[in-house]
Amino acid sequence: MATAAPQHQAAGTRPDQAADLGEAGFQAVFDAAVAADERIEPRDWMPDAYRATLVRQIAQHAHSEIIGMQPEANWITRAPSLRRKAILMAKVQDEAGHGLYLYSAAETLGTSRDELLDKLHSGRQKYSSIFNYPTLTWADVGAIGWLVDGAAITNQVPLCRCSYGPYARAMVRVCKEESFHQRQGYELLLALSRGTEAQHAMAQDAVDRWWWPSLMMFGPPDDESAHSAQSMVWKIKRHSNDELRQRFVDICVPQAESLGLTLPDPELRWNEERGHHDFGPIDWTEFKEVLKGNGPCNEQRITQRRRAHEEGAWVREAAAAHAAKHSTKATTHEGRAA
Amino acid sequence: MTDTAAAALALGDDALVLSHRLGEWAGHAPVLEEEVALANIALDLLGQARVLLSMAGDEDELAYLREERAFRNTQLVEQPNGDFAHTIARQLFFSTYQLLLHTQLAATDSPFAPLAAKAVKEVAYHQDHAEQWTLRLGDGTDESHARMQRAVDALWRFTGELFQPVPALPVDWQKIQETWTARVTDVLGRAGLAVPAGPQTGAWSAGAGRQGLHTESFGRMLAEMQHLHRSHPGASW
Repeated sequence: MATAAPQHQAAGTRPDQAADLGEAGFQAVFDAAVAADERIEPRDWMPDAYRATLVRQIAQHAHSEIIGMQPEANWITRAPSLRRKAILMAKVQDEAGHGLYLYSAAETLGTSRDELLDKLHSGRQKYSSIFNYPTLTWADVGAIGWLVDGAAITNQVPLCRCSYGPYARAMVRVCKEESFHQRQGYELLLALSRGTEAQHAMAQDAVDRWWWPSLMMFGPPDDESAHSAQSMVWKIKRHSNDELRQRFVDICVPQAESLGLTLPDPELRWNEERGHHDFGPIDWTEFKEVLKGNGPCNEQRITQRRRAHEEGAWVREAAAAHAAKHSTKATTHEGRAA
Repeated sequence: MTDTAAAALALGDDALVLSHRLGEWAGHAPVLEEEVALANIALDLLGQARVLLSMAGDEDELAYLREERAFRNTQLVEQPNGDFAHTIARQLFFSTYQLLLHTQLAATDSPFAPLAAKAVKEVAYHQDHAEQWTLRLGDGTDESHARMQRAVDALWRFTGELFQPVPALPVDWQKIQETWTARVTDVLGRAGLAVPAGPQTGAWSAGAGRQGLHTESFGRMLAEMQHLHRSHPGASW
């Protein structure tokens, strides 16, 4: 990459100043901007590794939104009331929208949606491991809203202050909609929990299955997290995995109580001294297996995504061909007018 | 059942069933923008269905506890999604009809006028979406042209039913049919597609769906839609 290309200006500097700075100077201006909590914007100079980290993280985030449509869309046609069906459809639609914001944010870093989708389809880029779990009952839709979206929000709210402007701004919009989804998921579970015996049991079973995978959404423990330290310095990340996981557990415990549901962890208890809940060990073997592609739905999720893309190829080609014909006509027409 | 309730059911079932079919696209659309668009249209239709079914009774009882023979939707809206061209052809035919119907209804003093006034705005968007895609597919590549023509041909015989008068709807059905034919002919023409020569109804009389006579795939669609609700009698969700 031509890091010091003339059109790239260092954050907070005018082009005429930046031209004289050289690589080390750019780096210093960048570091100062990050330290001062200023936003890095697409045309600013940035370290190659910062750009690469952001592309990887934003792409993975975008991929998670679109793969994440599948486990919930699995229940659209079976939603048990028209109100719930409308809520679920709106949610899945929002997720496609989030995917669009995030691909756009990634594109400001010099990549393209097509390129990123290729990487997703060929397995070179990942999506959140949570979406490799199946939605077996209607209550799973509620558990996903409450726990999975809850974990996502805990992760994403700090990203609204991320040092990269386009990502931070995308997260502001995403978080507003996500908190709405989370409340709806909670309310769905509440209705089940207070419903018939069978509904209550369905809700409890879903929470039992989604609790641990939700805790895994915060990533590996801090001492095993490869990218954490650098991301914290760059202010892409604001809190460690374990800090956010702890925050999430502390939020969920009282919520589970008001739901009238239990969390599947015999070691979960309030620790007066720490001012936090202690909780049991996470099965990192399972986490690694899911990441490696051996989760319950990895194959199914990626196959469906690839199939949608492949089966839609003729539609995209038609749109492109039509646009090309149309723009040729427009140009010809303008030519004549001139 | 009063004529008004029967009419609410007919229009409500159309919107409910088409919304369900569009909901099946979630996660399968050819491009992300269409995930958003198809879900958006499905949601608009579901919103219309809820208002209309509530005019006829309890929306969930009507949606989830009636059997196939009691549904009053046209056969067009229950047709399986097929490929994207089939979905677009179905959308073009239905949204053009809905736009004309609701535009007329909105100007009446019937109980449907308020719903129609709101629906017109939504349906105008649906019609535009379907028209734009008909043009892109019809006048795109050879493959998309062939697929779009096949879709138009396949669904043509379900379009006649749309103009079967529904009692209690104070509209000019003949005018709706004429305008529909003119508009659809215009869009197909601009897309380089042929208006099918075949009849607009099958061997059974037009209006079969409105009388509760449906096509085979519809029962399976209802089985999926109603299964959970029926498994928990009396539960609230």
